[in-house]
Amino acid sequence: MNRRKGKNTFWIMMMTLMLIFTAGFLVVFIVRIISLGAPVLSWKFIVEPPREAMTEGGIFPALMGTFLLTALAMIFALPSGIFTAIWLTHYGKPAWLVNILHIVINTMAGIPSIIFGLFGMAIFVNLMGFKVSLLSGSLTLAILALPVLINNTEQAIRSVPADFSEASLALGATTRQTISRVVFPAALPNILTGAIISVGRVAGETAPIMFTAATFYSRRLPHSLQDEVMALPYHIYALMTEGTHPEAQVPIAYGTALVLLILVLLIDATAIIIRSYMRKKRQW
Amino acid sequence: MKDIKEKIFQTIAYLAALLTVICLLAIIYGIFHDGLSLFKVVSWKDFLFTNNWYPTHYPPSFGAWALIIGSLTVTLGALIIALPLSLGSAIFIAEIASPRLREIVKPIIELLAGIPSVVYGLFGMAFLAPLIRQWFSLDTGLNLFTSSLILGIMVIPIICSISEDAMNSVPHSIREASLALGATKSETIFKAVIPAAKKGIIGSILLGFGRAIGETMVVLMVSGGAAQIPKSIFEPVRPLTSTIAAEMGETIMGDLHYNALFALAIVLLIITFFSNLITEIVFRPKRQK
Amino acid sequence: MVEKQIWTSNLNLWFGKNHILHNINLEAYKNNITAIIGPSGCGKSTLLRCFNRMNDLIPDMELTGKVYLGNKDIYAPKTDVYAVRASVGMVFQKPNPFPKSIYHNVAYGLQIQAKYTKSEIKERVEESLKAAWLWDEVKDRLHHSAMSLSGGQQQRLCIARALANKPQVLLLDEPTSALDPQSTAKIEELCLSLKNSVTILMVTHNVAQAGRISDYTAFLYLGELVEFGKTEHIFTVPKDKRTEEYLTGVFG
Repeated sequence: MNRRKGKNTFWIMMMTLMLIFTAGFLVVFIVRIISLGAPVLSWKFIVEPPREAMTEGGIFPALMGTFLLTALAMIFALPSGIFTAIWLTHYGKPAWLVNILHIVINTMAGIPSIIFGLFGMAIFVNLMGFKVSLLSGSLTLAILALPVLINNTEQAIRSVPADFSEASLALGATTRQTISRVVFPAALPNILTGAIISVGRVAGETAPIMFTAATFYSRRLPHSLQDEVMALPYHIYALMTEGTHPEAQVPIAYGTALVLLILVLLIDATAIIIRSYMRKKRQW
Repeated sequence: MKDIKEKIFQTIAYLAALLTVICLLAIIYGIFHDGLSLFKVVSWKDFLFTNNWYPTHYPPSFGAWALIIGSLTVTLGALIIALPLSLGSAIFIAEIASPRLREIVKPIIELLAGIPSVVYGLFGMAFLAPLIRQWFSLDTGLNLFTSSLILGIMVIPIICSISEDAMNSVPHSIREASLALGATKSETIFKAVIPAAKKGIIGSILLGFGRAIGETMVVLMVSGGAAQIPKSIFEPVRPLTSTIAAEMGETIMGDLHYNALFALAIVLLIITFFSNLITEIVFRPKRQK
Repeated sequence: MVEKQIWTSNLNLWFGKNHILHNINLEAYKNNITAIIGPSGCGKSTLLRCFNRMNDLIPDMELTGKVYLGNKDIYAPKTDVYAVRASVGMVFQKPNPFPKSIYHNVAYGLQIQAKYTKSEIKERVEESLKAAWLWDEVKDRLHHSAMSLSGGQQQRLCIARALANKPQVLLLDEPTSALDPQSTAKIEELCLSLKNSVTILMVTHNVAQAGRISDYTAFLYLGELVEFGKTEHIFTVPKDKRTEEYLTGVFG
């Protein structure tokens, strides 16, 4: 019995140790980014374009670029993602197409992001002739976000009790009216949470925009969908690998990383807060 | 009128669903169309199994063996580092931590899973690599070990969060049954909870594998980029993803090098398809219930 | 003399290969309450859902025979199924108000038809809530969430919601099985007052309830209509042995 007790203590200590190790790693990581990024941050850093071959100035074009890419990607992805989820949950015939669609979504969710980048380059940049541009990049990001968006929306819609649809249909509503007036409003908080999480993912992606949208350096903001853009994640990579003055560029890279980190964590935290708030408030 | 609106709505939903399928088909078509052109010139055996990646030499040669090995070793290393840490943490959070601690730690882990990979890459390149070069007195800190370490840290939150969900959804009665039979806490965890949560845990590991092997930015920045089969864990490597990312800028559409990079993407796609397929097979019986 | 309001003729129904309803001929009369009783799994609820075509939603449902609503076959090819459902109201086992305000729950059926003005809807909401004996309890908080009501109030709200469409027939699917005795009594009384304006078809597995409030009773057993007639006749001199056994509690 003592041996078993000893074993028990040993394993529990091991697990605790693992969590402490994990936490330690992640704390070092976060602290490093914050402590080296924070001194660079200032209002000027946010609102000024880069200067002097990227060794001075701010990140304004990259910030706006990321904002534009993400917003456009969501504008493209949201309608088709939501309608696909609606089709899966409310129409879904024939059954074999539903199965195929689920396989398609799971497969797409597992494809590495660099492949989306290659695809975007082959189809949007080259075949369709959109060039390396805001348009090509946001379309590529939209397709990347699609599977996660569909999955989240489908789950959100399925979590609405069938009682509600039944009551609506029995009052003479069509499926469309039932979805738009009863199911969708009830599922909206969860759909939003999923969409916000997708925004966080899309904003942080680098590989898909490397060959489809991003440019190393641009002093001005894009004027049309056909223009190249700077973007925060690509800016970090470019500063670290393509620069000629590392001593001046590495701090800027840390500052940019901290901005990106704060942005993404704020977005995700919003989603988590909405979710837990709605769980408490939900009445069914 | 009601009927017409209903029909239009249904048609839009149907078209959206079809569009999703078309997206995947277009991805496969786009990658395979440009990638398969390589095999008109280079045999697929030479491509897969010879070790000489000199795409810009004259004449060029496209032997991707070292790149495939690069991807696999980096991923394997990442899993060796991540598995004990992430599963141990998951067990701790699900089984040992107080509910209060769990409420705090779980969302933090979920937040960490959302950190962009380029930030991990920066951390590896600017901080960890110089440190490792010093500690082990190496020529370069950009190597297999550093890449695996960073990738490992990166996938910990993913594996931890999903396997914790799996363990957390094991009914409480199973734990009580085991404890009531006189089992200790650790015996209950290993013999009752983990077997019951097996599928979710395997799924989380496969997902971590997929994330690690498909990750581009970290290995692009940290792996060192030498197309060789590493003789020790402190040698630089050149995984598939970073090769594509690093060389695509130097190619011209339609030349052999361009096609070769798409052929690498085919290899990557097939590896992720298989890991997806295994996940599907693992999860299927559960879904039918 | 009593007038037929809704009735079936040689109704058969299958789910896939399962023959659920066998050759049902059932009539419900205007301004009467007809109770459908029988052991669980006998097809009571399925039969009830034939009257507003809610069974259409089940993918492999097949149906032969006819269902008439005031001389119109509601399964005829060109029938507007939404209009059928609006004129045959339904109340479910578990109260299922929408997660909307009390007002919008009752207004829902009218709003989706998009042919009423705001003031008409407002009037009809008040009228329906009064008819469902809920007005006095909720008139000061019409814009509060319907989820804040008690179970019994929620069920009366569901009745009001169905009444707002001015249905000819009201289908009640075990409407009191999720409620406490007091709320049950109130709903039973409400049914008796409603039958002046609407024909009621009610499924219940509470035999006493059928005896208390229904004018006609149908006994359904294994998908067959075993016996149908005036409630007092069924309860005092059942013709079929199975009916007698069920009513005396031998099975079910």
